[in-house]
Amino acid sequence: MSRIKKHPILSFKKGREIHFIFDGHQIKAYQGETIVAALHAVGIRELSKSIDLHRPRGLFCSIGKCSSCLMLVNGVPNVKACVTAVEEGMIVESQGGKGMLDIQRIKTIPRKPPKIVNTELTIVGSGPAGLSAAKTSSKLGVPTLLVDENPKAGGQLVKQTHKFFGSKDQKAGVRGIDIADGLHEEIKASNSRVLTQAAVLGLYREDNGNFTVILKRDNQLIEVKTIAIIIATGAMEKMLAFPNNDLPGVYGAGAVQTLMNVYGVKPGERALMVGAGNVGLIVAYQLLQAGVAVEAVVEAMPKISGYHVHAAKLRRFGVPILTSHSIKKALGRTKVEGATIIKLDKNFKPVEDTEQDIDVDIVCLAVGLNPSTELARQAGCECHWIPELGGYVPIYNLNLRTTIKGIYVAGDSAGIGEASTAIIEGKIAALSALLGMGRKEVIQSRGKAFKELESLRAGPLGRVVREGKRKIFRIAEEVVN
Amino acid sequence: MSEWEKTGVLSLNDISGSIPSRERFKAGPVAIIECIQHIPCNPCVDACPFDAISINGGMTETPKVDFQLCTGCGTCVSICPGLAIFIVDLTYSDKKATILLPYELSPLPNSGDKVKGLDRGGNCLADVEVLKATKKNGSGLVSIAVDKELAMEIRNIEV
Ligand SMILES: Cc1cc2nc3c(=O)[nH]c(=O)nc-3n(C[C@H](O)[C@H](O)[C@H](O)COP(=O)(O)OP(=O)(O)OC[C@H]3O[C@@H](n4cnc5c(N)ncnc54)[C@H](O)[C@@H]3O)c2cc1C
Repeated sequence: MSRIKKHPILSFKKGREIHFIFDGHQIKAYQGETIVAALHAVGIRELSKSIDLHRPRGLFCSIGKCSSCLMLVNGVPNVKACVTAVEEGMIVESQGGKGMLDIQRIKTIPRKPPKIVNTELTIVGSGPAGLSAAKTSSKLGVPTLLVDENPKAGGQLVKQTHKFFGSKDQKAGVRGIDIADGLHEEIKASNSRVLTQAAVLGLYREDNGNFTVILKRDNQLIEVKTIAIIIATGAMEKMLAFPNNDLPGVYGAGAVQTLMNVYGVKPGERALMVGAGNVGLIVAYQLLQAGVAVEAVVEAMPKISGYHVHAAKLRRFGVPILTSHSIKKALGRTKVEGATIIKLDKNFKPVEDTEQDIDVDIVCLAVGLNPSTELARQAGCECHWIPELGGYVPIYNLNLRTTIKGIYVAGDSAGIGEASTAIIEGKIAALSALLGMGRKEVIQSRGKAFKELESLRAGPLGRVVREGKRKIFRIAEEVVN
Repeated sequence: MSEWEKTGVLSLNDISGSIPSRERFKAGPVAIIECIQHIPCNPCVDACPFDAISINGGMTETPKVDFQLCTGCGTCVSICPGLAIFIVDLTYSDKKATILLPYELSPLPNSGDKVKGLDRGGNCLADVEVLKATKKNGSGLVSIAVDKELAMEIRNIEV
């Protein structure tokens, strides 16, 4: 773990040097980075202890969703250290077990009174889906509020250094990071507002059919009064069951990406990648770019499921991709010090005596994503289990409207897809929301967007998603009205 | 299941449709697109200044190069998100061919450097000379000189 000195694609602009205290020690950091990034940069991976067995806990998702990084910050327990920016003089403590509120200490923390904000469209999540939705609505002059709990807008895009697939309309050939910046600039130039470091806690329907969105920012509650809502909360990495999967050093692929590509911090020196889908292949390649050795990519299926071109890039550097293989366990007591991999037979059963120990300090999991549907459920949107789309997803019709009038979904939270499809879904959701507000002139552009989406999902590799969407729309015929 | 789906490594047989004729090779540099899977991607088509690349029947079809129109200019190499395009020039000298390949690791080599020439599986086949290394669209583009018989084998370098 250290800072990346030279990167082939990225240059890291460091903020002002600041200092904070971690468990009594002064740590040097740079303004703009998160607590976990600053800690990783100086080699600290253990953030807390588990509740019952007091096992060490480290970073896993790095996008504010998994609660593996909860720490005590300035006396406040259960702070998500992965999305909280470090500040000069901040006091950070590793959290032992359940976080307890120290009432006396809490009283001394300055709190701002709640605030009310009015807007017409509220978009939760600033990934490609949310950014594109905000761009669409603000272009048409609709007051829009885009909210994200991360310090930087862009969702998964902010860490994607590779050039995107798709066609020109979806910015193919452009790197994910540049797509996010471009969309963000366009929105900033409009009269819409982007609020980062603001977590949406709940969506409530008012008697008049409008909504109140509750969000938290800087120790302040904000009530947003809005006519329509687009949920674009993205997805979260899946965990895999194996002994020691909770050791610091077992990361979701997205977390590894965030550390390396957003904050310029190496998550370790030698990695095992689990999963040869696109995410696994791309992140393995990005590890090489960050100067981290990739000892192997293991894949349980008999064939590589990601795009061949991504696999080819790794193979050309001599990285082995072992199909019909999986991880048996992670090795180490307080952190990852190795991993045992094993061969699988046709029925995915481990083959005896095929274990192999490999010397790694990172186990990176890229075994799929689950749509983040917490807010949709809380709001009362009907959700169903659609395995083709990654798990539970809210039910929505072709216009991306959920079972609640005025609430729309787009992007990975509507079913795992791609940034390119998320961009178009964001647009469709925004246009549908505007149509719901009586803006009939958008029908034509929405029709065009439907066509674009269809062409992206054509072909054999789009088959699974197509099947998932078909299922959703079939259910929607009964429940969305 | 084809072997490449398991290994990630293409054989010359797998890309036979993307390899120009002997006559075309004799006429100068040409693009070899090693993209045989049906993925939704087509920026190479727009990138080509000579309209030599086409994808027919929907964007998930594979690209085809019209070798008569292709000049081997290399514009597509730095655009392809899959880093799957290489420019091969068999007319460089009597014994040597050149390969222009995308290289996205740090550091970029310098002209004149001797580096390892790797095949599609990362095996070192020969020491090769770097003729030129530039950066375009943030990606490194490296031109190397290799023995002619390795022109369709070497696809990467180790600096
Ligand atoms: C390694 C990798 C490589 C990829 N490569 C490609 C590619 O080449 N081409 C392609 O098209 N796609 C690619 N993808 C897929 C693409 O990144 C995702 O499909 C896309 O980012 C989904 O967009 P989204 O807007 O739905 O969600 P996300 O990008 O996940 O954004 C969701 C945002 O919502 C925020 N959020 C969630 N809940 C709340 C809340 N309660 N309050 C406030 N904010 C909240 C999150 O913090 C996050 O910023 C790749 C993905 C990965 C991981």
